[in-house]
Amino acid sequence: MPDLEQATVTAAGKERYFTRFTAAQRYMHGVLFSSFLGLAATGLPMRFSQSFWARKFASAVGGFGAIIFFHKLCAIVLTIAFLIHLKNIFTRGILNREKGIFWGPNSMVANWKDVKDLVGHMRWFVGLGKRPTFGRYAYWEKFDYWAVFWGMLIIGFSGYAMWFAPFFARFLPGWALNAVLVVHSEEGLLAILFIFSIHFVNTHLRPDTFPMDMVIFTGVESEDEFKHKRPEEFDALKKEGKLEARLGPAPATWWINFARVIGFTAILIGLTLLVLTLSAYFS
Amino acid sequence: MKIASFFTLAFFASALLAPVPRALAQTSADCLTCHADAGMQDANGHSISVDDKTFHSSIHGVLECKNCHADISGYPHPDKIAAVKCETCHADEAAGLVGSVHADGKDHPCTSCHGDAHTIVAKTDPKSAVYPLNVPRTCGQCHGNEGMAKKHGLPSVYPAYIDSIHGFALNKEGLLVAANCQTCHGSHHILSHKDPLSATYKTNVPKTCGSCHAGIATDYEQGIHGKAVAAGNKDAPVCSDCHNAHAILQPTEAEFRTQSTPICGSCHKEKFSTYRDTFHSQLGSLGGYVETARCWDCHGAHEILPASDPRSPVNKANLVKTCGRCHAGANESFVQYQPHANAHNRKLNPALYYIGLFMNLLLVSVLTFFLIHTILWLIRQRLEQVKRKSTEGGNHA
Repeated sequence: MPDLEQATVTAAGKERYFTRFTAAQRYMHGVLFSSFLGLAATGLPMRFSQSFWARKFASAVGGFGAIIFFHKLCAIVLTIAFLIHLKNIFTRGILNREKGIFWGPNSMVANWKDVKDLVGHMRWFVGLGKRPTFGRYAYWEKFDYWAVFWGMLIIGFSGYAMWFAPFFARFLPGWALNAVLVVHSEEGLLAILFIFSIHFVNTHLRPDTFPMDMVIFTGVESEDEFKHKRPEEFDALKKEGKLEARLGPAPATWWINFARVIGFTAILIGLTLLVLTLSAYFS
Repeated sequence: MKIASFFTLAFFASALLAPVPRALAQTSADCLTCHADAGMQDANGHSISVDDKTFHSSIHGVLECKNCHADISGYPHPDKIAAVKCETCHADEAAGLVGSVHADGKDHPCTSCHGDAHTIVAKTDPKSAVYPLNVPRTCGQCHGNEGMAKKHGLPSVYPAYIDSIHGFALNKEGLLVAANCQTCHGSHHILSHKDPLSATYKTNVPKTCGSCHAGIATDYEQGIHGKAVAAGNKDAPVCSDCHNAHAILQPTEAEFRTQSTPICGSCHKEKFSTYRDTFHSQLGSLGGYVETARCWDCHGAHEILPASDPRSPVNKANLVKTCGRCHAGANESFVQYQPHANAHNRKLNPALYYIGLFMNLLLVSVLTFFLIHTILWLIRQRLEQVKRKSTEGGNHA
């Protein structure tokens, strides 16, 4: 980012900023990562209940009772967030018939271009071609989204099945009660490993964005960043003459600093949990 | 000391006193002329003084000095006198000591447990070293002493006992019926736990504990462990294998509950491992949820029966009731849950096996793909960055 920042000063000496995420979307990400961190921090000690740190952590916070309480609390928060998101999609895509929600260049739904981008991107990694140009959501961002979406359904369902086991036993076979724990813990582990290693690096820690991509906190990104990262969306907006409509306010310094503290705390917690998970997994 | 031997002793004493005294015949009063001096010591610095008042209020107070110190017949007497033979009167006790772990008389003269023969009181007297409430402390002088324990290759059991439920009842509540050392080990004829005649020999333990815990002993005898032990299976557990011999805890309390599962697991290894995979174990391992199902909550503790037995709490017909003790609303479908399911066993748990396999493949494939993807990306992007910087640098130069 430092390179880009230097270059973004325009002739007028003023940087232009464009909106990428609405306030609601940023808050949603905030709720999502806080509750996810909470679920991970309380879920891992249960998954690795025999490990030294799990027992230390449990006794420090007040035993299993405290852990399961916070796990369930975060689960409820995340469930509500998920339901709000579903409601938003339903309202925008189905009630308001907003275009581009389920298909098109700005949709989260994967398309043929994503496959081509993935192949092209990997060819570029090894020097076999040019770097592909990306639209509003790149294929790895869509994967992040769908991984979370599928994860919420799977982990959420299996979690509630355990929470209300006698109720679920009315329509689930007995072996399913065994299966839900396996599914819940394995899928949870996958989510934790994926978010704390792949998502962190892809989105925040890789050289282009290091140490953190602030757009999810500020909602805006500079013109050069926009052009460099998502040329297709930029060009399309320019062509349609809608670019100006996307102009946003420059982020306030205090907000950037505040967001950095929050963001780095989240990344630090995540990386700590990642190390603990790997140590428990391979011991 | 038995009443009978007391009379024998009194008779013996009077018989000795009856004959016409020899020229230098001694009475206790004569001895005390010298030995009443509180500071009197022998050549080794041991006190050889006797307090007249204490001696006369002791159980030996009716005796004359020479009844025990029989080799002294006059004054002056030699510096070195023969060791007192307690067995002269206490023949039964002395006979019991023979062949016992304390048979080595040099290390275990009667006085090391009973105290100084001149101040000794009846064992029903709370001051007695062998009064029930004082027994653990008396035995603990050696058996709570690390050096002593090491010398004889024995564990230092006194601290373990004193913190046990027996030790608490005895020490804190002053409960006379609480088991003290000799309740289980006996007093004079104490045998090693390796001796088949010992009360603490493995197969004798249920009977020993059952002398107080009669109800539980009956349950135990009917259970699978009790039957196995009775049939000569030395691997099956007796009371002390699960409850410990000395550090016995109150089984309904958290400390015992939290350590009870590994105790069963030390024999039932496979069941322990599959239990550990379950939510029950996760709950129980992290503290706080003491009531979480441990082995014996479902299987019973003393009268453990195989699942095929209709009386067993884990018999199919009883599962709704057994699980329902914690899980309100448990029904037939709910109890199909397998508390010992093994996700690695394809034959026993096929559904679980394939679900676990799928989840693992998903985890490994997603992570492997993205790990490679991310590492390649990182390298490539860093190279680009370095290249860009160097060209920029070149322009400025």
